[in-house]
Amino acid sequence: MTERHDHTHETNAGSSQIRTAALEDLLVEKGIVDRSRIDSLVERFEHDLGPMIGARLVARAWLESEFQSRLVRDADEVLRQENIRGAEIEHVEVKVNEPGVHNVVVCTLCSCYPWALLGLPPAWYKSPEYRARVVREPRKVLEEMGLSLEPDTEIRVWDSSSETRFLVLPEQPAGSEGLSMEDLAALVTRDSMIGVAKALNP
Amino acid sequence: MTDLEVLDGSPAAPPRDNGELIFEAPWQSRAFGVAADLVASGHFTWNDFREYLIEAISEWEAVESDEQQSWDYYSCWLAALERILTKRSFLDGKEFEIRAAQYASRPHGHDH
Repeated sequence: MTERHDHTHETNAGSSQIRTAALEDLLVEKGIVDRSRIDSLVERFEHDLGPMIGARLVARAWLESEFQSRLVRDADEVLRQENIRGAEIEHVEVKVNEPGVHNVVVCTLCSCYPWALLGLPPAWYKSPEYRARVVREPRKVLEEMGLSLEPDTEIRVWDSSSETRFLVLPEQPAGSEGLSMEDLAALVTRDSMIGVAKALNP
Repeated sequence: MTDLEVLDGSPAAPPRDNGELIFEAPWQSRAFGVAADLVASGHFTWNDFREYLIEAISEWEAVESDEQQSWDYYSCWLAALERILTKRSFLDGKEFEIRAAQYASRPHGHDH
């Protein structure tokens, strides 16, 4: 049946809209999917999921070095203990930025991403350009995205897969000592946890 | 089957910290939601789906650049969804094409 679909990539947005409607309607008629369930799933992904969950982990790791070591040693165990569950975080590794080492995350094959920690990925993360180029010329790509790193900083690029998702633990910005966890979390952007930006300055 | 227990146990409704839209058009959110519902109800897993998504993306990338359509992640997503559904007999390819053709011939403004 696959050969029937070889033309799919020629479709424009209009026909994608039509094909999606046809597909959804047929599945609804067969009782395979349910429209109100789809509505509520989309709603959750659009509104309830976002990088604040990851940001809280980062803020707490900045505040408590013991928590940070546990997070780096076994993030899965910490997520279990914190009761953070959900899609696409079956196995998570946390990579720590420190002076001289910068981590950045990509999924070269598709769009793997820790949904339950960061929400759905931004469009650029899924783009062919980012996926191909950040591996080949990370320093240049980061610079284009507004992050200039010292020439002697080592850049480590982590390729996500169905087995492993990554979260970058950005460096705590200078001047943020003494802030509450909540205020710290507000400095931790989605992009800083992908590794294409630093945490915000207070 | 914990794949879709997205928020259970996590703090409710964290604010999004950026203004980017997750979906650029309503059909994209439907295509996403259909896949999410199929996973939630155990028809296949995200890992199963991912194989088809990787295939669809790599086919897009294999096209010579002067013939290539502009990049559209969700058209790859939709292609992957069509394939896994026909492959696993949740959809009949012929029936699907007939329905899509019907919708395409409807007067403008009546397609969902």
